[in-house]
Amino acid sequence: MDRVTLLDLMQHPQRTAALTPSLWSDLIATARNANLLGKLAHRLREAGVSVPAGPMRHLDGARLLSERQHHSVAWEAQCIDAALAHTGEPIVLLKGSAYVLSGKAAGVGRLFGDVDVLVPPHSLGKVEVRLMIGGWTQMKSDEYDQRYYREWMHELPPMVHVRRGTVIDVHHTILPLTARHHPDAEAIIACSTPLPGYRSLRIPCDEDLIIHSMCHLAHEGELHNALRDLDDIDSLLREHTVAPAFWDRLGARAEHHDLAMPVALCLALVRRFFDTPVPDSLIARLASGNARALERLAQRYDTAIAPHPEGRPPLRSLAAQLLIYIRSHWLRMPPQLLVRHLSRKAWQRLLPDASAAGKNEQGA
Amino acid sequence: MFDTTLRIAPFVIRVRSPFASVVEHLEFFYRDCEKPRDAFVDFDIRLLPGQGLHRLWRPQARFLVDDQNPFLPLPANQAAPMFEWGLNWTIASRSLGYVVFHAAVLEKAGNAIILPGFPGAGKSTLCAALSHLRGWRLLSDELAILDPATGALIANPRPISLKNASIDIVTRFPGTRVGRQYLDTRKGTVAHAAPTRDAIERADQSAQPRWLIFPQFSPEPGRQVTPVSHAEAFALIGEQSFNQERMGELGFRALCALLDRVDCHQIEYSSTEDALDLVAQVTQQD
Repeated sequence: MDRVTLLDLMQHPQRTAALTPSLWSDLIATARNANLLGKLAHRLREAGVSVPAGPMRHLDGARLLSERQHHSVAWEAQCIDAALAHTGEPIVLLKGSAYVLSGKAAGVGRLFGDVDVLVPPHSLGKVEVRLMIGGWTQMKSDEYDQRYYREWMHELPPMVHVRRGTVIDVHHTILPLTARHHPDAEAIIACSTPLPGYRSLRIPCDEDLIIHSMCHLAHEGELHNALRDLDDIDSLLREHTVAPAFWDRLGARAEHHDLAMPVALCLALVRRFFDTPVPDSLIARLASGNARALERLAQRYDTAIAPHPEGRPPLRSLAAQLLIYIRSHWLRMPPQLLVRHLSRKAWQRLLPDASAAGKNEQGA
Repeated sequence: MFDTTLRIAPFVIRVRSPFASVVEHLEFFYRDCEKPRDAFVDFDIRLLPGQGLHRLWRPQARFLVDDQNPFLPLPANQAAPMFEWGLNWTIASRSLGYVVFHAAVLEKAGNAIILPGFPGAGKSTLCAALSHLRGWRLLSDELAILDPATGALIANPRPISLKNASIDIVTRFPGTRVGRQYLDTRKGTVAHAAPTRDAIERADQSAQPRWLIFPQFSPEPGRQVTPVSHAEAFALIGEQSFNQERMGELGFRALCALLDRVDCHQIEYSSTEDALDLVAQVTQQD
């Protein structure tokens, strides 16, 4: 099943009434491949569509799993809050955990794993020590990986809780220090609001929540979750579509964060994929003078984002994925550093005992 | 490439593979499974040759379900047992609303006996003996599938997996069909025994849990039945559960409800005959 059919059925759940059993198999496998099964389950249920017993079992299972994960993330947030409240620092939740805990529609049925938080750069040392006292430990033991994260990236190496096995990513800004764009992480923290019921946890303002999600997508080399992320963005934007002033605020905020182009790209994509009512003028303003480059880039993502029941996208999608992968590195590191990093990684892969460490590498 | 759709209750599974050994395995063990056309497929499984140059001197098999590739490849001659292991993994790890734990399940007169599987306890041999010598209907020899909505155990009758010494013992049971042996797997020599016809034909009938029996084989002579407390049984089952954590509160309540309804015992034995006697003693069934 192709992306267009998948998204059409997610937006118009009643249309599933026409599906044959084998098309249902395709829909479930494709939605699972795109990490959208939980969201699909919720939309079919909300629409009150009657689903045959076979696919229903998978949909109910995904819905249960997402409910369970939301329950776990609330508990995880309590634990993080307990570990970090003493630092007196603001701990800003990002992405999935922020959507779920602040009750956004984007969180409904969403499946996810790690918790991402943003903290002020000066507090990193304190936060890391407090997390270690609370039972989190470093997943990356390799010295090069440690240095890669600490010197060049925008986060601590991921930390895993020794008993619960849960993972936290602590960011001190939202893009690598070496990246071309320089978003204003301080402003994200300054404009965040406290999350009721917690001492240190905060939620970004809606514009920042959306822009962060877009920034992440536009800089991410792997597109496994791209459709799920765009669906999140669509849901977040639709909460505000009735207020014209919102679009102006979003545009101004994107410019403030030096992220006009990534935001323009994501706005163009959600409009293509989900018919999100994004004003033309906003995209034109953000793409200022680069309309053709934006069009080309959007087309490349359009080709690359191709969920498939067996995970075997067509060749042209693979080619587009490769270009996006290369571009993501290009955006994140200056060429000299990129060459150094990639040759180091290639060398590690050649050494038999280093290959295990290399296999766990993510985003590198 | 061989391409078939099998109904292996409670699921419909599509299998594609170029390996002759997989085709042989499916024809030997699943020939009675109806093959519906245009059915909803729960798991789309492929067993494919390994990738890369080394396939020239070391042929390998890969297991894929939909777009997932959960295992490292195995030597190509283990493709058929890999199908069974992979299917177990798929049933245990896909979120389908069931609590799944590692145990053999058999039924008589609607009442089920659960034999949790600790390594070396002799679960599979005992399971084959109960099914082939004492007329218990096999629901599964590896996966207890508990439906939280009804509290019933769901049948997934598939070949009983035998290891090493148990292969000879079970092959001697009258009327048993044992398939080909696979040498040098991670688990040693492995073979499978076909479930009885009755087990396949009644696969849509679930059963109510009635007894929980922890088998313990010991080479020392002697036999013994010991009651096990429900709290201890809960902890032991939890260790054998594949997805209790993911099932959250629903899974917890389903297991509590199960324990409220079963008698729990441990049996220690040194021969299959003794084990059968002890099970008969606990269940008051011949």
